[in-house]
Amino acid sequence: MRTSTTTTSSGITLSTKSCRIKFARRFLRSLAEIKKQKRSSASSSEEEICKRSKRIKMAAYSSMARAVGPRMNWSRALLFKLRNRVSYPRLVKKKKRVTVRSNKVPRSKSSVHIDRGNKLRKLVPGGKSMDYICLLEETAHYITCLNTQVKVMQAIADNLSK
Amino acid sequence: MSSRRSRQSSGSPSIKDDQIIELVSKLRQLVPEIRDRRSDKVSASKVLQETCSYIRNLHREVDDLSERLSQLLATIDADSAEAAIIRSLIMQ
Repeated sequence: MRTSTTTTSSGITLSTKSCRIKFARRFLRSLAEIKKQKRSSASSSEEEICKRSKRIKMAAYSSMARAVGPRMNWSRALLFKLRNRVSYPRLVKKKKRVTVRSNKVPRSKSSVHIDRGNKLRKLVPGGKSMDYICLLEETAHYITCLNTQVKVMQAIADNLSK
Repeated sequence: MSSRRSRQSSGSPSIKDDQIIELVSKLRQLVPEIRDRRSDKVSASKVLQETCSYIRNLHREVDDLSERLSQLLATIDADSAEAAIIRSLIMQ
């Protein structure tokens, strides 16, 4: 198991191993909780499994965000979003805006960053209110944490299926 | 907070440019698609594109793993769940 330490330009050191352990502990605790919440109805119905998988997914993201703590923009935004989702269910679906693509215009260097930046902003939590450099830093940290999350979840799934 | 649009003349790169180049190269190291390709000439646009698709892949993997975990939790009983969880903690 290798320990990798990455430093962002603002001096935030992140150690993957401690992040992994913190996440694993919280996530396993949440899993145990979810396991206990067995409903009296048929526990292996499709709907039950679907609901539980959504709960597990939310538990995974919130465990990771808590393990990271409030020092990163994306973890704060993610925790905020998850807390609000529980209390306010989405009643009205937002209409998707249809954009017509014009012919290809030769792009300057700065407009490339603005275009791709917009796509990235939708993927990284809290990305809409960050400037571009901040967005790139947060993306790097977010990717390493997502990697950790996936590896831990895989290890748990492998363990449970033995 | 709106992003600052910097007007650049064709000549000197500003400090922000260098920062962006450094951060993009760091992203290049993180995304396995680009890292394994071993070509030095990957444009910033390509890096950002691959980053977006990599993040989407990771989200999808999390969804699949949550489903798999949900099914596993349904099939095992309480005792072996505890044992498996303790085993996972030790493996870390």
